[in-house]
Amino acid sequence: MSDRIFGLVGLILAFGYAWAALVIEESFLSDAVGPKAFPLIIAGVLALSSIVIIIKPDAAPEWPPFNRFVEVGAAVLVMILYSIFLPELGFVIATALAATYLTWRLGTRPISSVVSGCLTSFGIYAIFHLVLGLSLARGPLGF
Amino acid sequence: MDIFSSLADGFVIALTLENLLLALLGCFLGTMMGALPGLGPSNGVAILIPLAFTLGLGATPSLILLTSVYYGAMYGGRISSILLNIPGDEPAMMTCLDGYPMAKNGRAGEALSLSGIASFVGAFLATWGLIFLAPQLVKIALLFGPAEYFALFTLAFATLGGVASTNQAKTAFAAALGIGLATVGVDTQTGVPRFTFGEVHLYDGIDFLVAIVGLFALSEVFLFLERRHGGADGAKSGVSVGRLMPSFKLIKSCTPTMLRTSGLGFIAGVLPGAGASLGSFVSYTMEKKLVDKDKTFGTGDPRGVAAPEAGNNAAAGGALVPMLALGVPGSGTTAVLLAVLLALNITPGPLLFTQQPDVVWGLIAALFIANFMLLAMNIPMIGLFTRVLLIPPRILMPIVAMVSFVGIYGISGSSFDLLVMIGFGVMGWVLRKLDVPLVPIILGTLLGNAMENNLRRAITIDNGNWWTLIDSPLSIGLWSLAVIGFILPIIFGRVLKARMRMKKDEESAIID
Repeated sequence: MSDRIFGLVGLILAFGYAWAALVIEESFLSDAVGPKAFPLIIAGVLALSSIVIIIKPDAAPEWPPFNRFVEVGAAVLVMILYSIFLPELGFVIATALAATYLTWRLGTRPISSVVSGCLTSFGIYAIFHLVLGLSLARGPLGF
Repeated sequence: MDIFSSLADGFVIALTLENLLLALLGCFLGTMMGALPGLGPSNGVAILIPLAFTLGLGATPSLILLTSVYYGAMYGGRISSILLNIPGDEPAMMTCLDGYPMAKNGRAGEALSLSGIASFVGAFLATWGLIFLAPQLVKIALLFGPAEYFALFTLAFATLGGVASTNQAKTAFAAALGIGLATVGVDTQTGVPRFTFGEVHLYDGIDFLVAIVGLFALSEVFLFLERRHGGADGAKSGVSVGRLMPSFKLIKSCTPTMLRTSGLGFIAGVLPGAGASLGSFVSYTMEKKLVDKDKTFGTGDPRGVAAPEAGNNAAAGGALVPMLALGVPGSGTTAVLLAVLLALNITPGPLLFTQQPDVVWGLIAALFIANFMLLAMNIPMIGLFTRVLLIPPRILMPIVAMVSFVGIYGISGSSFDLLVMIGFGVMGWVLRKLDVPLVPIILGTLLGNAMENNLRRAITIDNGNWWTLIDSPLSIGLWSLAVIGFILPIIFGRVLKARMRMKKDEESAIID
């Protein structure tokens, strides 16, 4: 069943891609093939393989229970927040928060998570910024 | 011979203090990454590319660092196979069969150092094979026109699933998805934007480094989050390492095995669609047929440890041949190495050997140096590497995630790229659950543009005649190989994969 849904999504993607290829505005100066032909071929391959996946699906994978989905979703949300607030908060604070969260959710006790998260953040800052001189996001506090 | 003088030049380039230190660092990091379950060679190299890139290392030093990581990870994969019966990466699967029983018999140290020596022999011979075979392949490749290149790219994608692929439709889907992603951005030939939906960030395309790090490294983090129960604690190794150096007699008895399997593994590496996993599988099976007279394979026979290790390391070296000479990688890890080259603005292929010989020969010299370093490092420091296995993933995975963010942010300094990377991470997680291979996606994003350019060039040269694609015997040959390579696994893939799995299950049924 999972494969059927996947194939259907693939098919929709293929049609969307083909449509987006058809509406490309061609410039007046074009080569013999133009910018549309290759994407259309690829859309064809995408559609064909999606159809085969729908017709001959594999056994469904073992999907995690609902709470695990929430877990992954929450981690994604934390990472998105991390990406957005990284320039505002600065590298060390943002990374310490995100690493603490991930360590905690992977099953470490809360206090050890805070320690581990802070160490991860300082460690990366020390190695990559202080030793190797990589420029990391600079927050209001200068680090 | 000019090969030897070129090689000598290569050593002159590689033997500077900076490069030696980088090789040492790469070998060390690579072995650790190979040893840790869940961080294979592809992941390891993927995380480090953006870093090497943002640190402003030159082309040759970055290549030396990252190929050392690649070789190191191939060495490291065996450590957890032998000690824990968990392969650190896929090619190390076969090493479990005899390595873990040997460890249970109290010969873990011997198994580790013997497999270290076997890895060395395999990689060493394969590097020589690379030196002699690659220039020959370059001569053929110089005959290729755009039409032949287009056929060659198709061949690479058609065979990428490998002989052991079970679902070719999913491989094709993944390849098309990757190529499709590569077409996002301003069209290089006419300058019109494609699939950008007016988003300025997308005009110069999706950075393949962002895609690679997201697909490989972040999806691994999500997998661990999903299966937190049970899997995320540190591995407990119940076996003691024991005696470290194998006796001279033992090495001698394994020598014929190592030599044979190195040859076999190298060939498996060069051929499209085979790669290191198949190299170690074929090596083990062949040795079992040839020398297993007393039925000791599977119960801790040292030759059963030497065979797959020599085989998979030789295959790793062999896989570099098509990558360097043709610019078309045949396996996942070499695809990631191709990304390294492209990120450094080096286009591999026949012209690389004539235009930038210092890069090629510096790289080959670095392979030799890395190989000796790994041998020297692996035997005395094995205790340290086994201790690395005790770091629990719940500490390690957040570090992997944060280092990925640092690397990608370092390239562009934009939050947009980080968001795209997270998107790829989620996509990678879903696709892995659905058993869709990720390597064709990576290869698609890397080669998509080159593929399209060759297609358009070929047809433009022939005034819009599409039949030009199958006009020369060479391209007809490549197309037929592509078709055969795509159809063959549909017939034999299930059988072969089932056999590889069965071997593993048989053994673990005895052990558990």
